[in-house]
Amino acid sequence: MTKEYETIINTITLPYRWALGPAWTRFFDGLKEEKIYGTRCRKCKKIFVPARSFCPDCFEDLDEWSDVSQEGTLRSWTLVKKSHYGQVRRPPYALGLIHLDGTDCDFIHFIGGIDLSDLKKVREKIKAGTRVKAVWNKEKNANIHDISYFKPLK
Amino acid sequence: MRKMAIAQFAQSAGVESKENLMDFTYRISKEVLDKAGLKRSEVGCVVIASSDIFHSGLSCANAIDWDGAGAFMVEGTRAEDSMFAFIYACMRIMSGHFDTVLVTSIVKGSENPENDTLTGFFADPFYMRPLGINETTAAAMQMREYMQRCNITEEQCAKVVVKNLGNALFNPYAHVRKRVTVDDVLNSDVVSDPLKALECAPKSEGVASILLAAEDKAKKLTDKPVWVKGFGTSMDHFNLGDRDLLNGQLKIAAGRAYKMAGIRNPKKEIDVAEICEPYAFQELLWCEKLGLCGDGEGGKLIDSGVTQMHGASPVNPSGGVLAMNPYVSRGLYRLIESAMQISGSAGGHQVDKKVKTALAHGTHGFAGQCHSLVILEG
Repeated sequence: MTKEYETIINTITLPYRWALGPAWTRFFDGLKEEKIYGTRCRKCKKIFVPARSFCPDCFEDLDEWSDVSQEGTLRSWTLVKKSHYGQVRRPPYALGLIHLDGTDCDFIHFIGGIDLSDLKKVREKIKAGTRVKAVWNKEKNANIHDISYFKPLK
Repeated sequence: MRKMAIAQFAQSAGVESKENLMDFTYRISKEVLDKAGLKRSEVGCVVIASSDIFHSGLSCANAIDWDGAGAFMVEGTRAEDSMFAFIYACMRIMSGHFDTVLVTSIVKGSENPENDTLTGFFADPFYMRPLGINETTAAAMQMREYMQRCNITEEQCAKVVVKNLGNALFNPYAHVRKRVTVDDVLNSDVVSDPLKALECAPKSEGVASILLAAEDKAKKLTDKPVWVKGFGTSMDHFNLGDRDLLNGQLKIAAGRAYKMAGIRNPKKEIDVAEICEPYAFQELLWCEKLGLCGDGEGGKLIDSGVTQMHGASPVNPSGGVLAMNPYVSRGLYRLIESAMQISGSAGGHQVDKKVKTALAHGTHGFAGQCHSLVILEG
C-alpha cells in the first residue's frame, strides 16, 4: 500500500555481551566434547536438560551433573515454512520437543537428516513418538549449534 | 471489596493510522475523558500498557506514552500487557488511594517488524532464541500436541477462524474482516506446520483506553456502569521444555477469578467470553481450561455451534485476536468488547441473548505462559 503521508525508517542495532554463568558455560563446553549435560535435583530427583543451576520446581541448587542420553523420543514438532526478518535459518527447517531418555523434561532442537522439502513426506516420516538421535556438527563453538540436529531413527 | 466499574472506554480501529504514536495515544485517551466529562487533572491516576523496544522501537516506551495518555504530572504506572494494566488499575481503586484510573494501551503494529521477529526476542539468547523459538513455532508444537493428545482435527481448528473472522465482519474496529471457509483456512500457506496463515493473528494497530471508577464515582460518570466482579492471573515456567503445554496455568488463573466473582459453574454463568487466541486452536484449548467445556472437548465445543455469535455461549463476538491483534493492547480490546456486550452497545456484533456476566481473557508469552482474566457484570 502506498502511503500518502510521511514515515521514517530506523534500523536499530545494539551490541550486547551476555554472561552465560557457570551452568550454561559447562553445558556448552560439554557440547564441544559431544556430551549433553543435565543436572539432577536431590529433592525431586528429576534430571533437567539443558543443565541448570537451580531446580525450576523445588527452587533448590542443582549440583549433580549427569551426562544424559543422546537419544530420545519426539513429543511434538513443527516444520517452519514461512520466512521472516532475522530468522535463524532459511526455511524449511524443523523444530522438535525431544524427551531425552532418562531425563524429566523436554529438550528443544532442530530435527534434520531427512528431506524437508515435501510436508506430506515429512509428516509420514516424523511423528510424536518417533525416536531421534543427536547428530554433531564437525565444527564446534561451544554453543547450542554444536549439535547439528536430531535425526529420526528407523 | 470496594466496588468498581468500567465507566467509559474507547478503541481505535485496526486500520493503519497515519498518526504518530503520541498523537494516536492522545486521541483515544482524550475520547474517554470527554465521554466521562472529566478534565485530565481530575483523573486519579493513569496506568499504561506498552512494550519496551520490541513493539514500538522505543525505550523506555513510557517516556513518550505518558504524555499521550495524559499521565504527565499525574500518578501512574506501566505494564507490558494491558490486561495486567487493567488489574493494576483495579488494585489502585481497591487500595482506596484513587477513585478513578485511566488505563491506556498502545501498539502500532504497522510500524513494527513481523510478529515472529519480535516474539523471537522473548526467548533466552543462549538456547531457545538461536533455535528459532518464537510465539508461532511454540504455538505450532502446542497445536500438534493438542491435536494428538485430544484428537482435535485441523478442520475443528479452522472452524474457529471461520467463526471469528465472520464475527469481525460486523465489528468496525476489527482489522481483518472477511468471510472465509474451512477450505480457505486449510489451503492457506503453511506458516509453521500444522499452523496455516489464516490461523495466525495479524499485526494490528490498536490504542484502547478504559476509565475505571469506584462505585459512587462510576454512577456519576456513566448511566451504564459495567462492574468488575473478579480477576485472576497466573504464570508458567519460562522454558518450553519444562511445561505441559496442554495443562498450563490458565485453570489456576480462572479459579482465582471465579472464586472472587462467586462463579461456581462457568459454563452456565458466563454469558459471553472474549478469549485471546493469537492462534486458532488456542481458543478451543483455553475454553477447556476456563471450564466452558470439559477437558479435551474443545473440538466438540466448536462442532456444537454453541460458541457462535448466536449460540448459547458465544465466544469472541468481536472476531477475537485472529481479527485484531494489537499485541500489548489485545487484553483491553477483550475488556471493551465484554463491556459493550453487557451494556448492549455492540451494534452489529451484539449477541442475541441477554448478557449479565462476561469473561475477558488475555495471554502473552510462548504457548500461553502467562494468563489473566477479568469477570465483568452488568
